[in-house]
Amino acid sequence: MTDISEMLETPTMEVTVNVNGTDVTKTIEPRLLLVHFLRDHLDLTGTHWGCDTSNCGACVVWVDKQPVKSCTMLAAMAGGHEVRTVEDLETDDGLDPVQEGFMKCHGLQCGFCTPGMMMTGRALLDANPDPSEAEIREAISGNLCRCTGYENIIRSIRWAAEHSNGHGTEFPSGNSRRSPASDERSEERL
Amino acid sequence: MTTTENPPTEFTDDATVGFGRTPRKEDVRFVRGKGNYLDDIKLPGMLHGAVLRSPVAHARIVNIDTSAAEAHPKVAAVITGAVLEGLNLAWAPSLSHDVIAILATDKVRYQGQEVAFVVAEDHYSARDALELIDVEYEELDPVVDARTALDEGAPVIRTDIEGKTDNHIFDWESGDAAATQAQFDQADVIVTEDILYPRVHPAPLETCGSVANMDPVEGKLTLWCTTQAPHAHRTVYALVAGLPEHKIRVISPDIGGGFGNKVGIYPGYVLSVVGSIVTKKPVKWMEDRSENLISTAFARDYHMHGEIAATSEGKILGVKVDVLADHGAFNNTAQPTKFPAGFFHVFTGSYDYPAAHCKVTGVYTNKAPGGVAYACSFRVTEAVYLIERMVKRLADDLGVDEAELRMKNFIQPDQFPYHSPTGWEYDSGNYPAALQKAMEIAGYDELRREQTEKREQVQRSGHGELMGIGVSFFTETVGAGPRKHMDILGLGMADGCEVRVHPTGKAVVRLSVQTQGQGHETTFAQIVSQVTGIPTADIDVVHGDTDNTPFGLGTYGSRSTPVSGAAAAVASRRVVDKAKIIAATMMEANPDDLEFDTGVFTVKGSPDKSVTIQEVALGAHGSLELPEGVEGQLDAQCVYDPPNLTYPFGAYICVVDIDRGTGEVKVRRFIAVDDCGPRINPMIVEGQVHGGLADGVGMALMEVIAFDPGGNCLGTSFMDYLLPTSMECPSWETGETVTPSPHHPLGVKGVGESATVGSPPAVINAIVDALAPFDVKDIDMPCTPAQVWRAMQGRSFRTDLAITDD
Repeated sequence: MTDISEMLETPTMEVTVNVNGTDVTKTIEPRLLLVHFLRDHLDLTGTHWGCDTSNCGACVVWVDKQPVKSCTMLAAMAGGHEVRTVEDLETDDGLDPVQEGFMKCHGLQCGFCTPGMMMTGRALLDANPDPSEAEIREAISGNLCRCTGYENIIRSIRWAAEHSNGHGTEFPSGNSRRSPASDERSEERL
Repeated sequence: MTTTENPPTEFTDDATVGFGRTPRKEDVRFVRGKGNYLDDIKLPGMLHGAVLRSPVAHARIVNIDTSAAEAHPKVAAVITGAVLEGLNLAWAPSLSHDVIAILATDKVRYQGQEVAFVVAEDHYSARDALELIDVEYEELDPVVDARTALDEGAPVIRTDIEGKTDNHIFDWESGDAAATQAQFDQADVIVTEDILYPRVHPAPLETCGSVANMDPVEGKLTLWCTTQAPHAHRTVYALVAGLPEHKIRVISPDIGGGFGNKVGIYPGYVLSVVGSIVTKKPVKWMEDRSENLISTAFARDYHMHGEIAATSEGKILGVKVDVLADHGAFNNTAQPTKFPAGFFHVFTGSYDYPAAHCKVTGVYTNKAPGGVAYACSFRVTEAVYLIERMVKRLADDLGVDEAELRMKNFIQPDQFPYHSPTGWEYDSGNYPAALQKAMEIAGYDELRREQTEKREQVQRSGHGELMGIGVSFFTETVGAGPRKHMDILGLGMADGCEVRVHPTGKAVVRLSVQTQGQGHETTFAQIVSQVTGIPTADIDVVHGDTDNTPFGLGTYGSRSTPVSGAAAAVASRRVVDKAKIIAATMMEANPDDLEFDTGVFTVKGSPDKSVTIQEVALGAHGSLELPEGVEGQLDAQCVYDPPNLTYPFGAYICVVDIDRGTGEVKVRRFIAVDDCGPRINPMIVEGQVHGGLADGVGMALMEVIAFDPGGNCLGTSFMDYLLPTSMECPSWETGETVTPSPHHPLGVKGVGESATVGSPPAVINAIVDALAPFDVKDIDMPCTPAQVWRAMQGRSFRTDLAITDD
């Protein structure tokens, strides 16, 4: 049985995370998961909590431009880093081509996996603007969908590839993304 | 057929009125991360609940000490079975005339059963406090294998039922045993097979949860809940908790997938209500993945023995089935009262033969309750799997092609309406055309040639993959159902719909059913649009809120389109009928002289004289003097009681390649021809089919909830309960035939579960076909590499139990 005295003293810490281009500072418990930080502390509920074990990908967000599963990362670990969530995909110029692709090609049904799936898809296209079906399948293989059988998700990402003119969306800071060829980390990952 | 070979086209077209590939209205919020799912709900002062669950499968509760948990400064309440007993809420009626425990009092009966509930300031603290509850258990022997549940001396699970001395729940039969035996007596060939449809879990990506807010001043309970059936839930809460029904509002927000997992009422929902009553604050309960897999409605768990009798020419004469159904610790299957085995007795399938009989015995085991879920159409899934495996086995024994054997035995198009040997009236169908079409898309003959060549090559070289081709054909029975035959907990299975046209010609349609991703906000607007001519974009769909929608039983069993879709069509027709009278008044014509097309009324012979339905709407709300008996405004409602079920059908072909060294199965191609009648939105229908096919591949290859001898659940996370990813799914190849239902106002039949029902036997038939060189005649799901590899050696194992040395 856990010692109750330890439990009653909940330690806290301050963390500053750049979320969707804005620095936010919050007092949190060190054990707080990034997914709960985003959802419960920042009300960014587009990122979903699905499995706790990094299997389903409903919680995928970007940390420093890399898709990560926010259910198995502590919010504290995101301190000093850039986090990007689904809420940031749409800009003043309109929807991201990935978002449009999902609507045009029926890439979603219940919508629960969709934010994570789109964040993974956007990351793929930034690294590889013209992916094959096999490359898309591999890229989204860590994102589960119970509704679509993946077919239309793959088509949605292809649609986005064909309607992005080779470019991803702008970063919230206004800096253009590095070109895929120079993005070594992305290349390594994919 | 890959994406790269065929560049994708947009799935949507420009259809603005009625049926067509209209983009989905709901997507605009979902792609922005602006869906409103249960866990997104945040109320002022809201507390958080967490459930303490049993770590063991069967044990007597000796003592529960909650004092340490209660001392936690962030804990607002700790609720145990004893507390609930004081409120007369420890037990609740199940959906199948049994009871379920909200919190265990006497015993725990499965691993993961609810034992206590903590309400705290935040989710983490509530979880902390669970650790502080000390429960003393006296362990009892569990019943793990359903096949031993009725053995002499087996531990009795339901000691709460007075006089209960065994684990028997029910015996049920259908068909004519004597007539079937007579057919078997004259048969040339009898093939028997033992078939397991193992326990699986619907595992929607969003788990189950609720937010309860009991307003202490108004005495009104608002319950946000992940439910597929908000109205049925409200009535049950009224009956169970004794709350007046008008003081309960159930809101089902956006649902992250249901698949039958969200039909039932779970203890957590009730506990959030009790928590809110006790603390006088809103209480949220949201289960985690492990809780979802270990405790909520599982599916299948049917142990089937089938026998099929035929002539030497391959004409089927009769089928006999004996089923042992594992219902877990409480009989809580969600199905119509008169059908304890659901619609399993549609197992005679798509074939014409004179006699059939089935007997189903339900038993208790120390496992989570459930059974009817995961897009099963009330056990049609098990029925189709049985008959399609039997037909394949018969074809193999007779040495004929399985597609050919099906063609020979199909119910013919001129035999509809067809009365089946177990009492169903199939409404319409053209089975040979659907199978023919699937075979054409597949290039069936060419595939068989390729397989012959590959087998010869493997035989020569000893290397190469094993290729298999599997066929299945299914007939679904959906759209439950006629009220006189079908009810759940005494509630007749009819559904209501209200259509109201506003003064400016825009409309709202209110539904009793609730979408979980099927796109109701789009398709029901399209139905109203199709009938009234009002553009789809001008029609808003309201659902999932009992205060704002008419009563009905909800969305499961592919019943939304057959039942509520019909209600929407009939209500819309009533709107048009009323509009016609008003239009006639406006144009000073006789209503009988009016014609109506796509929202415009014209006077026959005077094409220049016309009014639109929008102009009529304004007139109906204005100062126009209406004829005697016509009320102002433009609205109508309907409660639709379906005269029969609908019978969608389809032909599926699967091609697999198996690695001889590892037993890994790769699904190379999957061809699905579905006939669900006319398609309201073909884009959405195809999406539904794709999802069901992935379910089928998942169940066939990887999904199973198994148990070890101690009753420990072996599938409690997505690391153990494997779901198909993009890597296991092929690029689906779909096709359609269109045979309208003669009794549905729009001819549509429903499609949500077709592919889940139809696809598993196609995959397994393909695997058995691939393994023919190893003399494998049957294999149980899931066909993991281990299972297939062992089958090649004639040592396949029970997939529903832990693997042990043998």
